[in-house]
Amino acid sequence: MTLEKTDVERIAWLARLKLSDNDIPEVARQLSSILALVEQMNTVDTVSVAPLAHPLELSLKLRDDVVTEGNQRETFQALASHVEAGLYCVPKVIDT
Amino acid sequence: MHKNSLIQLSRALDRREISSVELTEIYLDRIARMDGKYNSFITVTAELARAQAREADQRRQAGNNGPLTGIPIAHKDIFCTRGVKTSCGSRMLDNFIAPYDATVVEKLRRAGMVMLGKTNMDEFAMGSSTETSFYGPVRNPWDLERVPGGSSGGSACVVAARLAPAATGTDTGGSIRQPAALCGLTGIKPTYGTVSRYGMIAYASSLDQGGPIARSAEDAALLLTAMAGFDARDSTSAERPAEDYSTHLEDSIEGLRIGLPREFFGEGLDSQIGAVIESAVKQFERLGAVVAEISLPNTRLSIPAYYVVAPAECSSNLARFDGVRYGYRCDDAADINDLFSRSRGEGFGAEVKRRIMIGTYALSAGYYDAYYLKAQRIRRLIRDDFHRAFAEADVILCPTSPTVAFKLGEKTDDPVTMYLSDIYTISINLAGLPALSLPAGFVGRLPVGLQLIGDHFGEARLLNAAHRYQQATDWHLRAPEGCG
Amino acid sequence: MDWEPVIGLEIHAQLATRSKIFSGAATAYGALPNTQACGVDLGLPGVLPVLNKEAVRMAVKFGLAIHADISRRSVFARKNYFYPDLPKGYQISQYEIPIVGRGSIEIEGENGAVMRIGITRAHLEEDAGKSLHEAVHGMSGIDLNRAGTPLLEIVSEPELRSAKQAVAYMKKIHSLVRYLEICDGNMQEGSFRCDANVSVRPRGQTKFGTRAEIKNLNSFRFVERAINYEIQRQIDLLGSGGRVVQETRLYDAERGETRSMRLKEEANDYRYFPDPDLLPLELSEEFIAGVEATLPELPDAKKHRFMAEFGLSAYDAALLTANRETADYFEATVTASGGQAKLSANWVMGEVMAALNRESKDITQSPISPTLLGGLVRRIADNTIVRSNVERRRRCRHYHRYERP
Repeated sequence: MTLEKTDVERIAWLARLKLSDNDIPEVARQLSSILALVEQMNTVDTVSVAPLAHPLELSLKLRDDVVTEGNQRETFQALASHVEAGLYCVPKVIDT
Repeated sequence: MHKNSLIQLSRALDRREISSVELTEIYLDRIARMDGKYNSFITVTAELARAQAREADQRRQAGNNGPLTGIPIAHKDIFCTRGVKTSCGSRMLDNFIAPYDATVVEKLRRAGMVMLGKTNMDEFAMGSSTETSFYGPVRNPWDLERVPGGSSGGSACVVAARLAPAATGTDTGGSIRQPAALCGLTGIKPTYGTVSRYGMIAYASSLDQGGPIARSAEDAALLLTAMAGFDARDSTSAERPAEDYSTHLEDSIEGLRIGLPREFFGEGLDSQIGAVIESAVKQFERLGAVVAEISLPNTRLSIPAYYVVAPAECSSNLARFDGVRYGYRCDDAADINDLFSRSRGEGFGAEVKRRIMIGTYALSAGYYDAYYLKAQRIRRLIRDDFHRAFAEADVILCPTSPTVAFKLGEKTDDPVTMYLSDIYTISINLAGLPALSLPAGFVGRLPVGLQLIGDHFGEARLLNAAHRYQQATDWHLRAPEGCG
Repeated sequence: MDWEPVIGLEIHAQLATRSKIFSGAATAYGALPNTQACGVDLGLPGVLPVLNKEAVRMAVKFGLAIHADISRRSVFARKNYFYPDLPKGYQISQYEIPIVGRGSIEIEGENGAVMRIGITRAHLEEDAGKSLHEAVHGMSGIDLNRAGTPLLEIVSEPELRSAKQAVAYMKKIHSLVRYLEICDGNMQEGSFRCDANVSVRPRGQTKFGTRAEIKNLNSFRFVERAINYEIQRQIDLLGSGGRVVQETRLYDAERGETRSMRLKEEANDYRYFPDPDLLPLELSEEFIAGVEATLPELPDAKKHRFMAEFGLSAYDAALLTANRETADYFEATVTASGGQAKLSANWVMGEVMAALNRESKDITQSPISPTLLGGLVRRIADNTIVRSNVERRRRCRHYHRYERP
């Protein structure tokens, strides 16, 4: 698969990565060459093979419903760039 | 004192030949004098190390110690360390002071180990040369013009240069074993689920495993025993009884069935490396092992499959870095999407962005089946290959890396060339198997690594084979010039 | 033309666990912003999700109550999108294999006939945080206390044909989750809310029309109004030669209308894939049997028992079993009255509910206890208290038909 400029722009938007216009052709070229590598997968027929998401195929362990975490707002919010009134601040989000 | 292995240091501490405070000062001094030329540390935690050393000495005084109490260690900067910058080699986390310890850090801390600092690495562990770090490349102590491998290149460099007796690393596609090989060290990637991933910043969650990088199998066994174990905070942690990986080190390997995968010895392998591996095989035969050829036919598909699975997981794992709650945030965002896109665009380096984009593409509507699901199906084929192979062999032996350490900048222009340097290590992560790299000789003055692969939870056997080999050879005792 | 509405509901019920679905932070409502958001809820680097067993039990309980298939193996998936109140950049949900498969419930249609409404699936997922737009000047403020609260998303088949049926269905589910004690049902606090998929088609046509999804309806009244508005909007649009766009709409309660949400620059592409931090959830037969043993008497069963045991009409029995608290209150009254069921029913539905309604209280806040009321009923029954008084009181009942808000 050779990626076009518009493909790269769509992917970059989905991934929320700002790319400079100048970089896009080079990124398209590199991503295309990686996809060419990846597409070697097509040399083998896997119709009858089930996908394997985890190497060990174990099942999930569950935790008891117990509150173990207290308020650590001060510690955590010390890591943030912009906090007011205990809230993480971002540019105005318009839903409607 | 820095010439001693971890086991020797442990004995020296036991015999009160040296205190942890003195030992720590020796390493801090070496780091201060020597790391300028390697760039192997992102953060040196000298004061914290001194405090931890004092505490370790008290514990030893009180007789409340284990073998690792008082021994310094360096942590890869992918492990969260409470109150200490944890950057993951990225501008994105350049300002991130972790509010908690990773389980690995906590366990080694509880064992009494002294943290010297945090080591340099490829950004978010994405790379095979430690050249993608925001903090600049790390240099190989065997040749300063060459890379130490990656992504745990800082950790490998630190141990090779004797700036610490051992270090932690993580391995998603070879990131412990390949730098261990390129720096003449012993490093083990345990079975998936053996070492907790809690507090280890995720690259590809179904592939990532932490493990030790040390000078010998004996040292690695001692460290792994302290690092491994079930952790309720990691849902993928294997619930098994604790294991002491040192107990079987001395066992005979008479009759050990070693399989040589023919696919790993063909095209692309440097002939001089091939010769080193061959003589190592002979050594194993002299130790009583029985060698036979095996086949792993789908190995050639491991790099293609890996470069779908790992980027797909990473594209999602790294979505949390959005400039809102921590980490890099761009200036003057016009709106929320500008905040996301510029914080991420400016905070991540080129390789990380490439992998995020490949993964995003592989999961996107219309491509999921052809890329992501296809890769997961191939993943099963690769694992099944190993299952079949382990019916015939106890341990699989092959090179760790197709080349010795390459020159800085040699592969940075072409990502695909760089990806191919993990050809021998990547399939092991896809299958979740344990594998170890140990030094087996040299090409010129550059070390060559040999890889031993085991069946799931077969770490003890790998360490046993490696230890017996190291008792019969001295490759692991060699140090780079000026470091011995 | 005669148009037929087609409605399906996606109900989000917050599960009444103490801690969050994947972390040990508290779920209590109303805490100061971000004081109940731990590292996992904030999506800090390196932390990992661990599934809450109680959330699983509750989901299974619901599945059993609607006679659904319980998946012995279900999978958590990541739904990837960027939003400031979604800290990890993905929501952990279930996609291809939900924990609860196909089931159904019965509702009463407009004509009084019983309708069986199919439930496609119910799956576990985590809630997002909240964006507050007024709290900080010129910016949006993000509160992540709600992030990671367990939700059961209950998806109905598109088998509802009017706003009234949709409300009846939603009330039935509301009553059920409260009976099961898996959700507090508090709609003001957002513990129980729904999205409505609405389309219309010419009556007799089998193919569905294009649907619009109305998001985040948090009262029965809004559900009814929003759906009715949307049905009319679509009929008007189609009647005048226009066409319905598949889109997400918001209900504006003040204006009583639905409005299109601003079109995103590009359609969402959620890139679902199995969450590699979580292994498949496998449920043993013992686990499921253990949950089954805790199932209480369900509203329909209770209603039929009230009819059989107490000789109540279907209408009265339905009213008294509409919620568990009322049913419990009634039964306690009957006991205290020495078995005077009909008289107790009249008093509970009449005087007690009317009085509570006047003061906007619910049955749990009744100033008169069932023991006291039962004693009163007993004395009326044995004529210790004059009957005419009672008769006078009872007339009021018809003017105060009790209905939960």
